Amino acid sequence: MEAQLPATSIIPRVGGLTLAQWQRLGLAAVLIVAVALPFVVGNYRVFQFTLAMIYAIALLGLNMLTGFNGQFSLGHGAFYAIGAYTTAIMLDRWGIAYGWTIPVAGLVCLVVGFLFGLPALRLEGLYLALATFALALAAPQILKYFEGWTGGVQGIVIIKPAAPFGLPLNEDEWLYFLTLAILIVLFALARNLLRGRVGRAMVAIRDHHIAAETMGVNSALYKSLTFGVSALYTGIAGSLGAIVVQFVAPDSFSIFLSINFLVGSVVGGLATISGAIIGGIFILFVPNMAELVSKAAPGAIYGIFLIVFMYVMPGGIAGSLKMVIHRWFSGNAPAVNAGKVATK
Amino acid sequence: MSETYSFPPAAAGAVDALLSVRGLTVRFGGIVALDAVSFDVKQGTIAGLIGPNGAGKTTLFNCLSRLYTPNAGTIAFAGRPILRLPPHRIAPLGIGRTFQNLALFPRMTVQQNVMVGAHSLTRSDYVSNALRLPWARREEARTLEIAEELLEYLGLTALRHVPAEGLPFGTLKRVELARALAGRPRLLLLDEPAGGLNHEEVDELGETVRAIRDQRNVTVLLVEHHMNFVMNISNQVVALDFGRKIAEGTPAEVQANPEVIRAYLGTDAA
Ligand SMILES: Nc1ncnc2c1ncn2[C@@H]1O[C@H](COP(=O)(O)OP(=O)(O)O)[C@@H](O)[C@H]1O
Ligand SMILES: [Mg+2]
Repeated sequence: MEAQLPATSIIPRVGGLTLAQWQRLGLAAVLIVAVALPFVVGNYRVFQFTLAMIYAIALLGLNMLTGFNGQFSLGHGAFYAIGAYTTAIMLDRWGIAYGWTIPVAGLVCLVVGFLFGLPALRLEGLYLALATFALALAAPQILKYFEGWTGGVQGIVIIKPAAPFGLPLNEDEWLYFLTLAILIVLFALARNLLRGRVGRAMVAIRDHHIAAETMGVNSALYKSLTFGVSALYTGIAGSLGAIVVQFVAPDSFSIFLSINFLVGSVVGGLATISGAIIGGIFILFVPNMAELVSKAAPGAIYGIFLIVFMYVMPGGIAGSLKMVIHRWFSGNAPAVNAGKVATK
Repeated sequence: MSETYSFPPAAAGAVDALLSVRGLTVRFGGIVALDAVSFDVKQGTIAGLIGPNGAGKTTLFNCLSRLYTPNAGTIAFAGRPILRLPPHRIAPLGIGRTFQNLALFPRMTVQQNVMVGAHSLTRSDYVSNALRLPWARREEARTLEIAEELLEYLGLTALRHVPAEGLPFGTLKRVELARALAGRPRLLLLDEPAGGLNHEEVDELGETVRAIRDQRNVTVLLVEHHMNFVMNISNQVVALDFGRKIAEGTPAEVQANPEVIRAYLGTDAA
């Protein structure tokens, strides 16, 4: 097998395995742990990990928009809220099976995100951040206003679904596996998308939108579609969040949720896919840990955590890990003459 | 040399003009960056655009890429007016370009940069990419093939997985050239391609540009300050000064033109 490779493409190995093989191994290990987890920890922890995965899906949506496409959003909590309320209203008002409400919530957010993305085309950088910030600020109030649908301040209570097909799982375990399955599918789709022509166009727009247009990239279309897809991911997360938490109320979707999403995607690592998972775990568990350290001032502890993290890992956790791993591998790579190469 | 080209006044309306620019005028506030400029570029030739700094050369390129909208005038490519098209519709027509001060995607690898150059040749979208549909995978393989061929052609293969950010200026100029060629252009606009290159590299670049014209059937319009370079490889030269066309013709004619000499001596003295 190896003999077919031309001599110039000797792949660096660490411990006898290539980077791609290590990645596959790592992924397999994470999957095994993820599948085993509900059977070794208590129900409350299962619930927490489910929520962390839900955040990971939301963060992946935000990451596509901000990390890969360079559009800032301080308002993704609003799309999360729209997803959550779409599901809650469909369940509560119309008694539709929850399985159907998840894709519908995603589609509603896709459309809303796309439509929001259109006028947002005129805004860049900080101005876009402000516009999305306004969206997040308005969301809870709008939810309270349409009381007939949303239940106003009282919100809507949702009943946790039981495991189907007589699976030997309790409700928490079932929702955990359902979320895990959805997460795997959504992450696989995002990875494919980001590695292909569309993903390259998204990054090209982020890096140099004029050059991207000159290469034929319709940046307006890509930016609004990316806004839509980003909202779709976050909306599906919101929908799952409503089912798992069994409750939606306007105040669960305050501006802090949006800010938390931004924190999670930056800490996890912008423009990385795995960073979304790390970020999801971070925004769920680290504030709790901060509370354990100091009951009096958890906010201050959390703040210090954040500052130290950003100082030690400026590329986010996933970004920094990637760098270390690449350095490690290139240390073992056959020397490549990277400096000067003669023109043909 | 068998330079059988003769350049009648632009108004004669050569049928085989791939590009024709007529009365192009661009004003920025009080500055007239282009003042009723007209010329043609024939299919299969190399045309040089010269002029002192600030003469309006880059502005003209930016009109061709539709990054600027001129105040007056028309531009036709292959007989088709292009001034109503948005910038992203220019590459699909077959017009590629490089930038004077580089406009690469710094955090993408050299290979990815070149692959973006093939964007206008390809069709796959959000759904087909996310699902990796068979046709989208075939298209991706073809894009990679195009990029690899060009990286090889321009001696960039060893750098394919290196981010563009941080590479030497001259190398990045070549990456831009590869990216522009990846769109299989019929007309290639090169804005100061020899910038930052040493003597030897400038000679090599001349060979490369000729080869691009001859082997890839690309018509070239290039802006350059290296006079030897321009005069050696161009079939036709257009000279601008303060936005006005002051001369047009064969390299020998333009070099002998008193106005051109004055424009260049004038800048030297300034
Ligand atoms: N976007 C712009 N806004 C204002 N002035 C501009 C702009 N682009 C070019 N100019 C002016 O137009 C003139 C021609 O510039 P340019 O086309 O870059 O010249 P060249 O490429 O020949 O050196 C200069 O005076 C320049 O300052
Ligand atoms: Mg210029």
